[in-house]
Amino acid sequence: MQKEAEIRDPLILGNKTYHDITKDIARPVEGKANKYWWILFSLSLVLFIWGILCMAYTIGTGIGAWGLNKTVNWAWDITNFVWWIGIGHAGTLISAVLLLFRQKWRMSINRSAEAMTIFGVTQAALFPLIHMGRPWLAYYVFPIPNQFGSLWVNFNSPLLWDVFAISTYFSVSVVFWYIGLIPDFAMIRDRMSATISPMKKKLYSFLSFGWSGKAKHWQRFEEVSLVLAGLATPLVFSVHSIVSMDFATSIVPGWHTTIFPPYFVLGALFSGFAMVETLLIIMRKVVSLESYITIKHIEYMNVIILLTGSLVGTAYITELFMSWYSGVEFEQYAFLNRATGPYWWAYAIMMTCNVLTPQLYWITKIRTSFVATFILSIFINIGMWFERFVIIVTSLHRDYLPSAWTMFSPSFVDIGIFLGTIGFFFTLFLLYSRTFPVIAQAELKSILKLSGSEYKNKK
Amino acid sequence: MSKKTLYGIFDCEQVLLASAKEIRANKIEIKEVYSPFPIHGLDKALGLKETRMAITAFIYGCIGLSLGALMIYNIMIVDWPQNIGGKPNWTFYHNMPAFVPILFECTVLFAAHLMSITYLIRCGLFPGGESDSPDPRTTDDKFLMEIVVEGDLAAAKAMLKKTGATEINEKDA
Repeated sequence: MQKEAEIRDPLILGNKTYHDITKDIARPVEGKANKYWWILFSLSLVLFIWGILCMAYTIGTGIGAWGLNKTVNWAWDITNFVWWIGIGHAGTLISAVLLLFRQKWRMSINRSAEAMTIFGVTQAALFPLIHMGRPWLAYYVFPIPNQFGSLWVNFNSPLLWDVFAISTYFSVSVVFWYIGLIPDFAMIRDRMSATISPMKKKLYSFLSFGWSGKAKHWQRFEEVSLVLAGLATPLVFSVHSIVSMDFATSIVPGWHTTIFPPYFVLGALFSGFAMVETLLIIMRKVVSLESYITIKHIEYMNVIILLTGSLVGTAYITELFMSWYSGVEFEQYAFLNRATGPYWWAYAIMMTCNVLTPQLYWITKIRTSFVATFILSIFINIGMWFERFVIIVTSLHRDYLPSAWTMFSPSFVDIGIFLGTIGFFFTLFLLYSRTFPVIAQAELKSILKLSGSEYKNKK
Repeated sequence: MSKKTLYGIFDCEQVLLASAKEIRANKIEIKEVYSPFPIHGLDKALGLKETRMAITAFIYGCIGLSLGALMIYNIMIVDWPQNIGGKPNWTFYHNMPAFVPILFECTVLFAAHLMSITYLIRCGLFPGGESDSPDPRTTDDKFLMEIVVEGDLAAAKAMLKKTGATEINEKDA
């Protein structure tokens, strides 16, 4: 039997048995939703509906409904897109990269982090779709044989790479998620009584694909998970690298930077982990999973945030240095304008939230506090949104011709669509938290005797 | 003599693992083991062959890469070559660097999806499939060992009992 060092803190608290884990994970699915769930759900749904109305208005009247102008012709839509895609990165990092590194603490959080990834990428994908203006022509972005005179997509373009990267990332994440869900759906199916809730029993039988937990199936399951993790790991890094190339391959000062791919990937992991913390700190309370999502898990995530946050800070400073060192006047001005121009406040928010905030995690007391982590994670979410806003809008709003210089102000439609995607995201996440096994219980059971508090304390 | 199926139920995966080794050493064949989570070392203890899922993923990945390259070659080089930004698309190998991201995505797309489909087919899993586990507790906290006995039933039962089964059920098979 495997052994774990005794100085490692237990990952499952409260002297659980296998059956306790089953009960705890099945409880939210079997029970009724509490008051807080309904309040949160109604709020999210209202935001979502408002967002749908704003999207409908955009499609009906055109992109002119947004605050865009001739100089700033790319603003909140792409900011939101990159922000959501970035949030989507932590899920696969937790489930794939941490699996390859055999990090056991991933098991309590990977299911929800992957759910967050899938829901986050869904929000992100909405933005290019709406920005097309005529979303019913969205199939133009795929290389399909057609009758328009051999009109093909351009495989040299980072925008097409993005189409491939995001659709591959989305579908592979869904597959990875579902392969892990099958045994857990089977656990819920086997607990449901056919007499009390025949519909639910049928639903979970359908979803569990007839899983029975045979030895050969588990052997294949483990290998498939490992290979999927191996495939998903370079995929995570490729997706945000390609998103960054949408900017980096252009010649706009402030975008034309070779540091963009690693800088964007780190920023994505940084913001993704912050969002995972925001969600999990709420979720562990709302569906009573305090024994499984412990302060140790939060601390491990905070360490990753500290690392990626410091690297993001380093990237900011490298960018500043390189713009000065380049000797290109336009490049130098773009960065000077970011920090001291009319958008200095956005730059200040970005610097404070992304560079200073994570440094607080050097302090053990802050790193191991739920309240502090929750507040700081919100700061990081805000900071990372402003990072994208700063990169996109401040690089555009003062271009080569001073007569064209202008400012960007969002219209109510811009704001409505952004809030709508937040509403949509939380609607999906709340529905998920009541119908899915929110923790990968099968995997978690396999570490109970290694990392459970009862077994750890027993000598 | 009639055939009987024995279901030995265990509470702990380590006991089951030791039991499986001992039962096989005594030349009794274990038909199947059902468990709520993967047990490390069980495949070796039961004498299962190594799975070839990873090999299939490699083959599917190669297929994805080739199909991706073929698609790009036909679209960008053969069907409608264009000169984009002073970089003409006359030959595949000159333009290959720009195609790498999509070639990579095609490889991953094919490998991940086709391997997962192969896994589901090989395990007989499909939407709405029926579980054939003899005891629903095997997805919760019990480990079940299925043995088909043709000869000495009492000896097999005693063997299960001795190696730690907490419950033994039998069925005509």
